[in-house]
Amino acid sequence: MLGWIQNLGRSGISFFEQVGHAHMFMLQALRGIPYCLRNPYLLTAQVYSVGVLSMPIILISGLTVGMVLGLQMYNTLTDFGAEESLGPVVALSLVRELGPVLSALLFSGRAGSALTAEIGLMKATEQLAGMEMMAVDPIKRVIVPRLLAGIVSLPLLVAMFSAVGIIGSYLVGVGLLGVDAGAFWSQMTAKVDFHDDIFNGFVKSLVFGVVATWIAVFEGYDSVPTTAGVSRATTRTVVHTAFAVLGLDFVLTALMFGEV
Amino acid sequence: MEQPELQIQSGQSPAIEGNRAAGADVEDVLVKIRGLHFAHGARVILDSVDIDIHRGEVTTIMGPSGTGKTTLLRLIGGQFLPDAGTVEVDGQNVPTLSRSDLYELRKRMGMMFQTGALFTDLSVFENVAFPLREHTGLPENVIRDLVLIKLQAVGLRGAKSLMPAELSGGMSRRVALARAIALDPMMIMYDEPFTGQDPITVGVIMQLIRRINQYMGLTSIIVSHDVAEVSAISDRIYLIAEGKVIEQGSPAELLQSPSKWAQQFLQGKPDGPVPFHYPAIPFADELMASE
Amino acid sequence: MQNKRAIEIWVGVFIVAGAAALFMLAMKVSNIATYSDDGGYNVTAQFSNIGGLKVRSPVSMAGVRVGRVAKIGFDMQTYEAVVTMRIDQQYDNLPKDTSASILTSGILGENYIGLEAGAKGVFLQDGDEIRITQSALILENLIGQFLVNQAQQNRGGSK
Repeated sequence: MLGWIQNLGRSGISFFEQVGHAHMFMLQALRGIPYCLRNPYLLTAQVYSVGVLSMPIILISGLTVGMVLGLQMYNTLTDFGAEESLGPVVALSLVRELGPVLSALLFSGRAGSALTAEIGLMKATEQLAGMEMMAVDPIKRVIVPRLLAGIVSLPLLVAMFSAVGIIGSYLVGVGLLGVDAGAFWSQMTAKVDFHDDIFNGFVKSLVFGVVATWIAVFEGYDSVPTTAGVSRATTRTVVHTAFAVLGLDFVLTALMFGEV
Repeated sequence: MEQPELQIQSGQSPAIEGNRAAGADVEDVLVKIRGLHFAHGARVILDSVDIDIHRGEVTTIMGPSGTGKTTLLRLIGGQFLPDAGTVEVDGQNVPTLSRSDLYELRKRMGMMFQTGALFTDLSVFENVAFPLREHTGLPENVIRDLVLIKLQAVGLRGAKSLMPAELSGGMSRRVALARAIALDPMMIMYDEPFTGQDPITVGVIMQLIRRINQYMGLTSIIVSHDVAEVSAISDRIYLIAEGKVIEQGSPAELLQSPSKWAQQFLQGKPDGPVPFHYPAIPFADELMASE
Repeated sequence: MQNKRAIEIWVGVFIVAGAAALFMLAMKVSNIATYSDDGGYNVTAQFSNIGGLKVRSPVSMAGVRVGRVAKIGFDMQTYEAVVTMRIDQQYDNLPKDTSASILTSGILGENYIGLEAGAKGVFLQDGDEIRITQSALILENLIGQFLVNQAQQNRGGSK
């Protein structure tokens, strides 16, 4: 019984230790931003590997989610004779919630886990230690470009997801199910507010970008430098990001859309 | 841009066959370690160790696996902080250095890791060019020439466009060596350079270590437990076990060592002070008890 | 170096695509067009009950949107709601005796303010108040009224 409480206490303390560690790590990374801006190609290369290579999965998922959303919403809206509201319903769902959250989860699965694995392997093969011995700070050279790349990429990916999703639901709603095209767009512009919806959705995507990339990069840097350690770190990245994104989503939604 | 000293001391004549360098005196100690104490949790890894690394010599730290040989290299490079004691490199006490001073010092130290530790996303050429690009403002054509010179020294100039994944283990280590000497450092540390390599590669690396040390006037510190190879190229050997220096001296002196443990280690005898059998109750008793 | 160029091109494509998506969302999807406040003037009106009227609800005349609700306040003296409307600059010929009513678009739609022109020759200026107002219809009041009427009719009928 006592042992169980001891374990609980130990994991509680190690949780706080991890959180503190992660924040010290972030502070170190922030100090390295000037170096990264002086070597812009580092950032560009990372935006390619993190952002561009995530485009296929984001675009395809966005399209299919939009199409499914159009289909499902239509079914329910016809019960109320409100098919013409399909536009705003789909747009609001995507821009406010599904766009940021789903994109963040997909991003973490594709790009986040890749980042963790890459950095973890660099640690395991002593490349990071080698860099240190050559008087190059690995945080500045390896971590910061990846961090900035993720923060820049995710909002763009979310915008693409939402845009493509709306197009997908347009194709299904207007193309297949016969909703009036004019009503689709005009109702949408009437109901979707730039400040409340688009801007807030963008803010969410920015926050998620920071969190998802931060976790991915930290788990890689902090991983045990063995193959088993790296694979555990990769799993932790995806799981922790999922928790963080969904939790933050609730907090942000309450803050932004709480009192309309 | 740093211009570290190229030391070719007259008065020392480093012989190719690994004989003791003549006239090496105390002021010529490049790395002075006094009372170094390092513990990892409850385990004491280094217990008040004193070591002198002389300029221009090849010094080897030997000992069984896990004695903290690699830890020693990390302490010299400032990656770990000792619990007690001083580590002086070229007159500077490493643990007390500020971050920027430490980085300046590291530019004058080269390190060759056990696994090579090449950057997997850069070609051989780019790997060797890395320290030059990061720390010097030299124009591209000068860097190109320097990289080719270093690669020629290790015999891999023809492989400059290959990626690390395409290299054999021995080739990786040679590229790592070229990278370590890119900035013309004053000393190089080798972490287990011979471990797991085929005889030809071992021979190549042995020759490279000795040659580079002589022609570039470097100080080399090798961490290894390959007795034969190390005895052939070292000027001085330190034998470390259980956190203490058991023996030190030239390879010839070590073979004369009165310590039974040193004899067992150097000759590779299976039984001696380090017993063959893991401590257990007498065999007959255990067999009887299993009924 | 060829690789480097290709990477930079793709990153450029990525950033442009993302910006285009954001642009599309802002322009075609949302109501950002209505944010361009190219001048306008404020007019207030007091209502005893604004129902579901919200900030940015439309203000229409003859079905055409002429402005938006800018602010909703409360008058501590008269205990009535004070609605500030921002009328587009081009509609500067609203008579001073224009009336404002809170109407519902459709049967279950949202509330908006409908303006009916008066007859005076003097026009509303920035800061003026519309005197003639009609509050929102509250469903419960309607039902209550209906029941009372029914009861009266029954009493009248059974005499």
